[in-house]
Amino acid sequence: MVTELLQLAIYGVVLGSILTLGAIGVSLIYGILRFAHFAHGDLMALGAYFSLSLVAGLGFPVWASAPFAIVGAALAAIAIDQTVYRHLRKSPPIILLISSFGIAIALRSVIQLVWGPRNQVYASGIQIPWRFEGLVIKPDHVWIVLGAVVLVAALHLFLTRTKMGKAMRAMSDNMDLALVSGIPSERVIMVTWAVGGGLAAVAGIFLGMDTRLHPVMGWSVLLPVFAAAILGGIGRPYGAIAGGMVIGLAMEMSTVVIDPTYKPAVAFALMVIMLVVRPQGLFKGNA
Amino acid sequence: MTLLSIEGLTGGYGGADILHGVDLRVEPGEIVVIIGPNGAGKSTLMKAAFGLVKIKEGAVLFEKRDITPLRPDQIVRQGISYVPQERNVFPSMSVEENLEMGAFIRTDDIRPQMERIYSFFPRLAERRTQIAGSMSGGERQMLAMGRALMLDPKLLLLDEPTAGLSPLFIDQTFERIQKINAAGIGILMVEQNAKQALAVCDRGYVLTMGRNRIDDTGANLLANKDVAEMFLGG
Ligand SMILES: Nc1ncnc2c1ncn2[C@@H]1O[C@H](COP(=O)(O)OP(=O)(O)O)[C@@H](O)[C@H]1O
Ligand SMILES: [Mg+2]
Repeated sequence: MVTELLQLAIYGVVLGSILTLGAIGVSLIYGILRFAHFAHGDLMALGAYFSLSLVAGLGFPVWASAPFAIVGAALAAIAIDQTVYRHLRKSPPIILLISSFGIAIALRSVIQLVWGPRNQVYASGIQIPWRFEGLVIKPDHVWIVLGAVVLVAALHLFLTRTKMGKAMRAMSDNMDLALVSGIPSERVIMVTWAVGGGLAAVAGIFLGMDTRLHPVMGWSVLLPVFAAAILGGIGRPYGAIAGGMVIGLAMEMSTVVIDPTYKPAVAFALMVIMLVVRPQGLFKGNA
Repeated sequence: MTLLSIEGLTGGYGGADILHGVDLRVEPGEIVVIIGPNGAGKSTLMKAAFGLVKIKEGAVLFEKRDITPLRPDQIVRQGISYVPQERNVFPSMSVEENLEMGAFIRTDDIRPQMERIYSFFPRLAERRTQIAGSMSGGERQMLAMGRALMLDPKLLLLDEPTAGLSPLFIDQTFERIQKINAAGIGILMVEQNAKQALAVCDRGYVLTMGRNRIDDTGANLLANKDVAEMFLGG
């Protein structure tokens, strides 16, 4: 029983790492643009497929394809923002949310058109897992968790040590004051999309490594990603880390008592409870 | 050369106009005060000067240059800094980071200016790493002013810098404003503490319902019966 729980905890941390990378982007975008970006899951999928092209097409190892996928997804996010969201900056958040819903569908169709509707994987064949005391750990799991830790640390340095990162925090703290301080909002918004899109690409790749690639992979993970962002207090990227871990662990651990097909329902339930009981998130907010 | 000149400004937030043809000017080295009842449009006038309000008619000139069509980040570059009435710090950021954000558009070394601000507001120097949201109202007001001074502006707009402060802090704030002004920075401020504000200013404007009511020197306004009745507690 203990072993089983530990095993699920490992899966939970792996899933939590993936959700965290997606939820940070959702949170950053919400903090600065004040809308829930519904296309974020499909942006993750797009990043995963960019990688697949290099892996399956050119024989790249997955890790070597990641930088290209990051840049690709960051550019795609910026392009979407400039062509669609930018014209809606002064519209109410609901309009932006609905547009992002449209973008989500468009991205999914593009993915299906370019890469096909079937399941695909980065590497065929079975990875030889490590075993300790009855626990099974796949090398991919280690890479996913390590990758997430490194990226979160890099993001932390960016947000606290660089002028641009601080400007992002300033804009999410007090948009009006940021403007009158002379912070160039459009430039900061562009960087926000680059960071959010880049992290989404990695989340997508990790999700593809952990499971498989499929055009709806991003859409199916959107709900847990949002649950993580909301649990952490949407708009606060640091909260997204805790939120991602809690949701990841809860989803995996719940399989002890309920059928695994209900994992997304667990995320949904946690999100709803959070919205009712503590809408500002786990941590004290300033909003 | 006139520092700031607002000419026949009409506009508001998209609905009904709040300002109706307001005129105002600030000469170099002056302290100019705007007083008026709540809702008169004092804050709106400040925002209008900073490109934050929809202007239908009239113009805002800074050193003779028309800045009416400019965005806030372009106006900052002309040499105007603005301290809003409310929400005038970045609450989750440290004192030091707040000051840094005030200097965002500077590409040179900002540390000398930061040290000048710290010596001007020793209280901030003691709290460099404190999060702005956890500071007292008086300290936040200092930080807000410090942030605006990071660009060493030619003109400083202050919207009710003494609101909600204790009498001791109010006196200190007026002293500081005079010191900033003595360093050659023009000041345009909205104030509820009309008596003290009019005593330190060169000229004042009384604004009611979005229109100029009385414009005069500070001394004359203090002596004015109507002003005394309306704003100085009889
Ligand atoms: N952001 C806003 N949107 C719409 N109306 C506003 C806004 N801010 C202020 N107003 C309105 O403009 C009028 C003038 O407000 P304001 O300039 O803040 O007055 P004052 O600073 O003189 O007290 C008030 O009627 C107020 O309700
Ligand atoms: Mg006001």
